[in-house]
Amino acid sequence: MRLGRRTVPYALLAPGAVWLVLFFVIPLYYMGKLSLESGTIGALEFSWQWSNYGDALSLYDTQFVRSFVYAGLATLFALLLAYPLAYAIAFKAGRWRNLLLFAVVAPFFTTYLIRTLAWETILSDQSPVVSVLDFLGLAPGGHVLATGGAVIAGLTYNFLPFMVLPIYASLERIDERLIEAAKDLYASSRQAFWRVTLPLSAPGVVAGTLLTFIPASGDYVNAQFLGSAGNQMIGNVVQSLFLKQSNYPSAAALSFVLMAVILIVVLVYIRFAGSEALMGEEAAR
Amino acid sequence: MTRGESESRTALAWRWLREHGVNIVAGLVVVYMLIPIAVIFVFSFNDPAGRYNFTWVGFTLSHWGNAFGIPELTSALVTSLKLALLATLISTAIGTLMALALVRHQFLGRRAANILIVIPMATPEVVMGSALLSFFLILNAPPLGFQTLLIAHVMFCISFVVVVVRSRLIGFDRNLEEAARDLGATPLQTFRLVTLPLIMPGILGAAMLAFALSIDDFVISNFNSGTTVTFPLYIFGAAQRGIPVEVNVIAMILFGATVAAMGFVTWQQQRAEKMTKARPEQEQAPIPAPGVAAAQ
Repeated sequence: MRLGRRTVPYALLAPGAVWLVLFFVIPLYYMGKLSLESGTIGALEFSWQWSNYGDALSLYDTQFVRSFVYAGLATLFALLLAYPLAYAIAFKAGRWRNLLLFAVVAPFFTTYLIRTLAWETILSDQSPVVSVLDFLGLAPGGHVLATGGAVIAGLTYNFLPFMVLPIYASLERIDERLIEAAKDLYASSRQAFWRVTLPLSAPGVVAGTLLTFIPASGDYVNAQFLGSAGNQMIGNVVQSLFLKQSNYPSAAALSFVLMAVILIVVLVYIRFAGSEALMGEEAAR
Repeated sequence: MTRGESESRTALAWRWLREHGVNIVAGLVVVYMLIPIAVIFVFSFNDPAGRYNFTWVGFTLSHWGNAFGIPELTSALVTSLKLALLATLISTAIGTLMALALVRHQFLGRRAANILIVIPMATPEVVMGSALLSFFLILNAPPLGFQTLLIAHVMFCISFVVVVVRSRLIGFDRNLEEAARDLGATPLQTFRLVTLPLIMPGILGAAMLAFALSIDDFVISNFNSGTTVTFPLYIFGAAQRGIPVEVNVIAMILFGATVAAMGFVTWQQQRAEKMTKARPEQEQAPIPAPGVAAAQ
């Protein structure tokens, strides 16, 4: 069989598109349906039970707010840590560049759970790190583990590479002649940074903040290992409702709200910051 | 010491700090990123007193000698490797085809296809995992286990494969293909002898990324595993009763293997760059890594 010129792209696209529709889009539809069901487990019925949403939200509003606060703080800290590192790799590293890039991705080469558990060791009460933090007055009572601070530190650490790499990628693409031109036109180094370098690296910052915020807000591993019962995030709730309590409708409703909130955040963010970051080079071309 | 001298000294110190401040912060951040890996490494030689490997007791090589001595751990690792290998093969194949369609062709529905690829990357894992579980629960099939894990892993790997391969295809000089056609190559020969070798580093990078994502996945797997245990699921289960030191050993072995694979891909990339040296203005794809990939 010879494919016509027009059908070629669809043929290339088909296997992946079918997979994504079948196992991503349709499951979302099923989850939506599940979130509107009522009845007891084993005898669930679809009944437009919108109250599932209200009930779940009023029961777990603290965890919801906490998730976004923790994720927001982790994103902010990651940005503050990642920008200088990305800047140094792009402009100052010279022949160390590849080694530093390697150091940035190295955490990915060890299992996520083990990395997080390593923080349990690092932040345990006997650890020298905690003694130093205590000395600096940053660890009241000599405890870090099982606090919100530990969860935020874990989130910051785990998603930091997602912040560094896009910022580095956009800084690296900057034509250095533009910065020279700014200096030739009597901009100080600081002015050149704020008015040329930073705006040009904005797409990387946008991509990085989204790539950090999205997984961080849905995460439950850090809260599980580094937090206490008072630091549970929405991911912990969804996980527990689904897998331990088999309360599928509430879990599905919460999951859906989480996705909706994140989609809104992403859309608003993109509206303000441009769509290049998420759509990649498609929009930039 | 006169006043002017001390002033110039402070000024010098300030200038030094202004010049090197960024590097100092960057150095500290790198240390922050590497500390946990160092801890995992060091504690793989620990000889813990009880079941918990949290405090340093003494040095021993016995856990390195016994790396594969815990049957449940070894079987979880084997399951993970099998799963990652299959998920990588499938997602890399269909993802590469998708990337080819998106870069090489203009067609109706291209935007929709792009959105279909981007949205999974912008969805929290907990949502993807629970949606798939809802799907499998309502359908009542297939039974939760290796099959459902494979379905899930391919699903979340596809988007990343597309993004990495696409970034390689965009920097691709199509004149090379035309030259091959002019020299009498059939379309299939052109693809096999020119296109494929040139985009191979991108495909290899994408495959590596897919493998890393799959072998490391905990959240989505936790929802869809049934009674099947993967390496991360084993760790999660063991966390409550104390993780055996052998887990650290295996983590370090995986780390070493990944570094070696990464070295190989970089070497391949450099080789492909040499092939296209005739056109130095071409942009080369950077080292494939999740963040970079998604940013492009």
